Formats: sequence, structure tokens, C-alpha cells
Amino acid sequence: MIVAEQLTKVYGTQKVLDIGHLEIPEGQSFGLVGNNGAGKTTLFSLLLDLIEPSSGHIVNQGVEVRTSEAWKPFTSAFIDETFLIGYLTPEEYFYFIGELRGQSRADVDALLSHFEDMFNGEILQQKKYLRDLSKGNQKKVGIVAAFIGNPRVVILDEPFANLDPTTQIRLKKILREMAANQEVTVLVSSHDLIHVTEVCERIVVLSKGQVVRDISTSPETLKELEQFFDSQAV
Amino acid sequence: MYRYFISLQWKSFVRSASFKTEIWFKILMALGALYFILLFLALGVGAYFIIEEAGLGDPLRVVNRFLIYYLGADMYLRYMLQKMPVLNIRPLLYLPLKKNSVVRYSLGKTLLSFFNISHAFFFVPFSIVLLIQGYDPVSVAGWHLACLALFLGNNFLNLLLNNVDRFFYPFLAALASLAVAQYYGWFDITAYTAPVFDAFYDRPWTALLPWVWLVFCAVWAFRHFRSTMYLDGGLAIRTAEGRTEDYTWLNRFGNLGTFLKNDIKLIRRNKRSRTTVLVSLLFLFYGLLFFTGSMEVYEDPVWQVFAGIFVSGGFLFTFGQYVPSWDSAYFPLMMSQNIRYREYLQSKWWLIVIATAVSTVLASFYAYFGWKAYLAVVVGAIYNIGVNSYLVLWGGAYIKTPIDLTSNKKAFGDRQAFNGKTLLLTIPKLVLPLGVFMVGNLLWNQTAGFVLVALSGIVGFTFKDRVFRLIEKIYRKEKYKTLRAYKQQGS
Repeated sequence: MIVAEQLTKVYGTQKVLDIGHLEIPEGQSFGLVGNNGAGKTTLFSLLLDLIEPSSGHIVNQGVEVRTSEAWKPFTSAFIDETFLIGYLTPEEYFYFIGELRGQSRADVDALLSHFEDMFNGEILQQKKYLRDLSKGNQKKVGIVAAFIGNPRVVILDEPFANLDPTTQIRLKKILREMAANQEVTVLVSSHDLIHVTEVCERIVVLSKGQVVRDISTSPETLKELEQFFDSQAV
Repeated sequence: MYRYFISLQWKSFVRSASFKTEIWFKILMALGALYFILLFLALGVGAYFIIEEAGLGDPLRVVNRFLIYYLGADMYLRYMLQKMPVLNIRPLLYLPLKKNSVVRYSLGKTLLSFFNISHAFFFVPFSIVLLIQGYDPVSVAGWHLACLALFLGNNFLNLLLNNVDRFFYPFLAALASLAVAQYYGWFDITAYTAPVFDAFYDRPWTALLPWVWLVFCAVWAFRHFRSTMYLDGGLAIRTAEGRTEDYTWLNRFGNLGTFLKNDIKLIRRNKRSRTTVLVSLLFLFYGLLFFTGSMEVYEDPVWQVFAGIFVSGGFLFTFGQYVPSWDSAYFPLMMSQNIRYREYLQSKWWLIVIATAVSTVLASFYAYFGWKAYLAVVVGAIYNIGVNSYLVLWGGAYIKTPIDLTSNKKAFGDRQAFNGKTLLLTIPKLVLPLGVFMVGNLLWNQTAGFVLVALSGIVGFTFKDRVFRLIEKIYRKEKYKTLRAYKQQGS
């Protein structure tokens, strides 16, 4: 379970995040939507202890992320290209992450074999370093790397953006499978309301750093979300 | 239009992450620049009289003889230190700006660099002294303008050469072998070049030739950058063929091995880190100045310790200095992956220790100059491992300049790893052991001095765990600031 308590992040005079209480039960697939600047990436960065909260704290499976590093073994994430090591080949990168997460080469290879269709022959054995791959292919590598080592919490920021249609469909399938697994908590943010409603059991809408909607996904969810964001347009 | 460029440049300067935190660095560097300006001024005014005193002949002719080496050294310094015009070209390409003016601005900006202006501090006073001494004004003007054109020509030549390493190293080798040949009297290039420089004075109209050369270089540089200003041309990303490498022999070291593997790849596959390691190899030969007795001032045993620290600590100073900036491009990954801070720091520490040990072994040729020379190197190595290795890691926590490992991709990027800041941070790491040595040397004898320095290294080593806890704490505290600073990459 992930709990955020009285969590705020202030830059100068601007409060970019202000969450009184947010609880994400274990095994939930959690979607975060919101316009630019709503605080999605800020929340994820706080969860990964990449930025300091101005007040409050986040507890990930009983570990307060700010004071202990014990959340690292069971948490994995892909936020942006700063999670990639440009001078490694994709294989080396996967093995590197694998070694850090206590996975043997065979384990990693077995996992990668599931993603061959997604890689479309453009990633493995291409004699290219990550920095020389296209943005879309880099993203695929980052997302797949986040699945290595059976993490119990997976955090993906905007995973669908920049992906080709095949990979989007494939990724949705994978995320739904993970959602079915009661041990894995998946946190996904997106601008694309359709994707999120398809993948997540629960959707939280952030606006100006605050939780303005907290919805259990149902057939009406998409309509409700569309209405909400339409009303935001001035 | 240039107004916009200038304001862009100014903003990228004042808004960069390093500007606020390192203002005192900037002040110190400005002081350094001032020092060199004064030095050049003194040299410019004094050169004439010094040469005359020494009875070497007509001062102008003497200067002309060595001008070729001056030009060569200038080229070398430019290549190593001068930054390429850092204006970010890519976002300007599709804007309604004339490509010509973008290129012209980028090139024109380089003319204002310190590397061009500094020479004026020698040439202007020297020319004035010549005039006062009754040299023919027209001839002096011709000579002066010719030199000006040659140095500015170097400026553009450097812009062109900076893209091609294969020109640079042969150039360096040629220059060095010419100097050696001249020293031993095998071949004297100045016999051929001095008359050329003399001609600028004797027949002032020949000064036109360097100006033709300058215009040629400028047009060449302009054409080169203008014609390659396409995303798939000069601004293109050159890709090297990737090879997957295992280094399985490092597996036995567990997590530490994982990091070491990564660091080896980091060093091998990025231009910036490769250059740094090459520079650190040069440190190995630094001791030759001290132990061969070629410089009298270095005879003092204190300088032997100094040399010992430099010889064994090349990697420590050049690479270690920039931990953790080497990982700046993917620092968020390192901070959120299953990595303990302690392990991360320790792997860097081991890398430094291994490199220091290797340097010490490589430096064993110093034994040729007597066991004391090599003892100084070994003592320096012990001190480096025991104390300086912590100091560099510690200092690294405060260096928040992101390193663009792939700077060879950007035709206009900041290219060289070597800068004044690195040297500046080196000072406290050297003064301390020299002090320790002097205490031992004054109280007892030279050997006691060596023993004391080595002892302080060993003492430092025994405190490893405690020091690491301290450094880890500092890194944790600085972590968020570091992450934020690294985000502003390329500024």
C-alpha cells in the first residue's frame, strides 16, 4: 500500500502539489490524469524520492521514502529518458538493471522474449547504443526495463505517449495482466483518457496540484472524465 | 537580429545552474585571467629589454624566430581550452532567421574570446616599445597586423579542426618532434619560418598575405558550418557501432562489479571521458620535470612529494573530481534504482583506488632515477588512496555541473573536459600533504617526512567506514539539488 499524507510541494510561492490524503491499496492499477502542470510528474518524482516534499511524506509499503532506501528493491519506474544510460546497448542496459535487481541473465532473457513483437526487430542485436535509438524505441526499452525483477510497485509516467499503435495495444495488455495480479501495484499517468480508462481500475484527476476526482473505473468513466476536462477549457 | 542572439546567449549564461553556486569560482577565474593579462603585459613591455640584455641580437628577430612555436602553442591551447560557440543552433534552424546570420554570429562570437584578446597584451606593448626604440613605423605596423591576422586565423582554424581529432594528434606530435629536433640541433624549423616573419617587417606589403589567409580561413569556416547546418549534416548525430560487452570477470565482485562494468563502458564509449583518461595518463610523466633535475627549483624534496601525488593521482584528479557528474545524464535512474548510496560511492572509490594502483605500477620507471624518486611516487599513491580519494568524492558532492558525455555529437557544443575549475579544486588536496611532509622534514629528516605522509594516508584508510558514512550523508543532503541542477543540461 502507498500512502501520501499532507503532501505538498511548493516552488517559490506556487503550490504545485497539495494532497491531503491519498491511499493506493496493494495490487491496484492506478491511473493519474490531469493537464500539463497538474502535478502528475511531481507526485511520481516525490514517490521516487527524486524531489523533496515541502511538507508531508509518502510511505511505500511501510517504508517512508524520504528517510529509508528500503523501497528501492521492490519499486521500479520509467519517468523519462534520464532513466536510460545512453552509452549502453539495450541488452547491456537490461542486464545492468537485471543485475541490480538480482536477476540472472537467463531471467532477463526470458522476460525479454515476451516483448519480441513489441521490439519489432529494432532493439535487440542492432549494434546500436541507446542514445542512437529513436525516441519511441528508447521509450520501449525504458518501459520494458521497468518490468525486470518482479517489482511490486511499477511507476510509469506517460507510457503511451510517443509509442506506435502496436506497442500501445501490447502495453495495455501487459498492464491489464499486471492489474490482475493482486501483488503488483501499477501507477500510470497519461494525457490519453481512453488509454487510462481501459487499463486502470481507479482514476484520480489532478488539477493544479489537487485531487479533484477519484473514480472507480466503470463504463461511464470516460464520459465523466471528458466532461470534466471539457469544463476546464475556458 | 544579433540583438536576439546576444540576449539568448546572456540568458543561457546567467540562468545556468552553475552560475549561482559557483560565483566565487568565477571570481577566482577572473583573477586568474587578470594575472595572465598582467603577465603578458609585463612580457610585452619587458620582452624587448630582456632580449636585448641577454645579448641575443635584435629583439624583433629573436621574437620572429620563436613565433612559429608561439603560434603552435596557441593552437594547442585553443584546442584544449577554447569552447566552441555554445549557441544552440538546432532550435534556430526553422525560425525566420537567415542561416547566414546564425553562422556568422556563432563564428563572430569566437573573435571576442580570451584566446584572441590575450595576445594583444603582448603584441601591442611590444610594438609600442619597438616604435619608441626607433623602428620604422610602417614596418612595425605591417608586422603587427600580420601577426594579428595569423592569430585570428588560428581561431578559425581551430573551429574547423575541433571537429576532427585525427588532425589534432598528428599536429601535436609534429609540433613536439620539431621542438625536440630543435633542442638537440638536428633540424631547426625556425631557420625556415623566421625569414617569413621577418619579411612582414622588412617588406610591410607582405602583411597582406596573412590577411588573405585569415579571410580564407574565415570563409572556409563559414562555408563549412553553413553547408553542414542540416540536421542530417553537421548537426547530425553520428552513431558509432554498438557492441555488447560482458566483462564477466567482474561478476565475482557482486554489485560492485556491476557498477565497475558500467564505469568501464562509460570511460570507453564516451569522447569526453576518454579524453579525460588520456589526460590523466600524461600526469604519469609530470614527475620527469622533478626527478631528472631539469628544473633547479624542483630539487627541494618537498616538490618530490608534490610530484609523487601528481604522478599516481592523474586519474583521481581528472576523473574522480567529476564524480558524480559522469552519471549526470541518468542520475534519476541511479537514484531510484535498487542501488544503495553507499554502494554507488564505494564503486567509484574502488575505481579511483584501482586506477591509482595501476598508475603507481606504471610509474615504476621512476626507480631509474633512484629509489627515492619511486618512494615519493609510492608515498604519494598511499596518500592519494587514503585521503585524497575521499576528498575528491566529497568535493564532487558540490560540483553540480552536468557533463554531456556525448559532446562529440554537437558540432557547436562544449567539447573539452579540461578546465580551470578542475585545477582550482586540486589545490587543497596538495597543500595538506606538503605541509605534513615539511613538518617531518623539519623536525627529523626527509625519510621521516615521507613516513609521515604515508602514515596520514594509512590513517585515512582505516577511517574508511566512518568517512564514507559522512560522505554518504552529504550526498544525501545534496541529492535533490544535484538532481535539479542536472536537469538543466546543456545550459
